[in-house]
Amino acid sequence: MHVLILGAGTAGTMAAAGLRHHLDDGDRITVVDVDDRHVYQPGQLLLPFGTYRESQLVRSRRAVLPRGVDLVTGEVDAVDAAASTVRLTDGTELGYDQLVIATGTSPRPDQTPGLLDGDHLARGVHEFYTLEGSIALREALARFDGGRLVVDIADTPVKCPVAPLEFTFLAESFLRQRGLRDRTDLTYVTPLDGAFTKPVAAAHLGSMLDDRKIHLEPDFLLEHVDADAGRIVSYDEREVGFDLLVVVPVNMGADFVARSGLGDELNHVRVDAHTLRSVDHGNVWAVGDAANLPTSKAGSVAHFSMPVLVTNVTDVIAGRAPSASFDGHANCFIESGDGKALLIDFNYDTEPLTGTYPLPVVGMPLLAESRLNHWGKLAFRHLYWNFLLPDRPLPISSRMSMLGKHAA
Amino acid sequence: MPVTTIAGRQVHVDAEGFLTEYDEWDESLAPVLAKAIGIELTDRHMEVVRFLRKDYLDQKETATTRRVQAVGGIPVKEQFTLFPAKPGKKMAYIAGLPKPKGCV
Ligand SMILES: Cc1cc2nc3c(=O)[nH]c(=O)nc-3n(C[C@H](O)[C@H](O)[C@H](O)COP(=O)(O)OP(=O)(O)OC[C@H]3O[C@@H](n4cnc5c(N)ncnc54)[C@H](O)[C@@H]3O)c2cc1C
Repeated sequence: MHVLILGAGTAGTMAAAGLRHHLDDGDRITVVDVDDRHVYQPGQLLLPFGTYRESQLVRSRRAVLPRGVDLVTGEVDAVDAAASTVRLTDGTELGYDQLVIATGTSPRPDQTPGLLDGDHLARGVHEFYTLEGSIALREALARFDGGRLVVDIADTPVKCPVAPLEFTFLAESFLRQRGLRDRTDLTYVTPLDGAFTKPVAAAHLGSMLDDRKIHLEPDFLLEHVDADAGRIVSYDEREVGFDLLVVVPVNMGADFVARSGLGDELNHVRVDAHTLRSVDHGNVWAVGDAANLPTSKAGSVAHFSMPVLVTNVTDVIAGRAPSASFDGHANCFIESGDGKALLIDFNYDTEPLTGTYPLPVVGMPLLAESRLNHWGKLAFRHLYWNFLLPDRPLPISSRMSMLGKHAA
Repeated sequence: MPVTTIAGRQVHVDAEGFLTEYDEWDESLAPVLAKAIGIELTDRHMEVVRFLRKDYLDQKETATTRRVQAVGGIPVKEQFTLFPAKPGKKMAYIAGLPKPKGCV
């Protein structure tokens, strides 16, 4: 039995650890990724404000993968699902009995004219969805001395959909502390009709923008960036001018997903939302951001769905029908600036709830700002490297529990 | 779900007025729904509406503007001309489908 996992990021590493615990010692597990550099992406949000050093956010993939798993370095070129083989760009062919696609979703500035013109950094056009971009933005913020700061989501869905809002809150707090807030116009530009998708959270987060005198520009779908003139232009020809622009580019799954006929229009793998199994091929699965699940693309979702993936792959290997079902559980800490954060929690059927999580008395306040949530977010980096990736039990249940929550 | 009367017909709608039952819609409702949001339907509008209806049957969800471009072949820019300001929502409304989920 050979299980092949494509991608050794958050989900691929967790899947390797979970499957290694559950499969027989004789079963082989191979993981493929382009390099040996695992980046803790949530850190890219805080790095521009000086919270982290680069070295705290990067580890060797090999070092965080469990023993008994082979890592192959190479770029996936195509999956031949009919033949159950994967070809890498260097010509290597890998066979599999079960295939787990965990190649995530990536920022694609090439999808927006003018966003990536080679000289964009010099013209104040930035992003923080790559580590390199996040580092360059730290330099730009250090130099910023007031003007028009614009945060724009090019199109949805993007991974960690709350990250652009968090960035905005953190920037507001950062500028205030540096005495630059009065000299800065802050605008949050989104293709959505409000601050966030889920109505309860949108209303709450919208009023947080108001409180901070951050201008909201909704229903703005980015068509192109005119870096020379310092403005972004929407499909219906509205314009927003900037001195410093922070864009979240269009996010898309890996191109090989499309080439292999497994994806939707954003190259996300078409899977059953409850079993995580490909709707086209019985021995192909997708987990993490690579899957087209109707829930947030977030590390927390990869974590909450992992027991479902491991159980179902194990079931199918044993000749049984997949027995586990995913409920779409997602939760996100939302940094709101000034050392505080909120926590929101939802699934396929439930709107973000207010209350505390995971326990009514000692849990963290949901949809309310607190210092405890901020510390929760900082503690998360430690949990990530030491508990989440190696599939060690966390003191939190993965099924969404209604304990301590009440509808807003 | 509330029931309302459109073009003399009883249909189920959600709180924002989007039809909730796929089979309660037919093409005769499209111009009436369009008018309600200030749009005069042309053949090109109907091409978009027909694509959305067909795609919904396959996908069980309403196509996004990006999908209408990538799969339906109608450029996003033109969608904004046909259905000003909020094409995603307006197309779905006229086609009697739930509003597209967008990002979650
Ligand atoms: C700024 C930012 C802040 C975030 N904050 C949070 C947060 O607070 N909480 C949270 O839960 N989530 C957060 N996230 C999201 C989280 O990082 C992702 O959801 C998570 O990493 C998804 O894991 P994944 O394994 O699906 O994808 P990834 O971790 O991105 O891994 C995909 C892997 O596939 C590899 N790959 C891609 N294509 C190929 C190919 N062709 N061949 C070989 N290998 C390939 C890549 O190199 C990569 O290693 C944040 C993300 C960003 C960008």
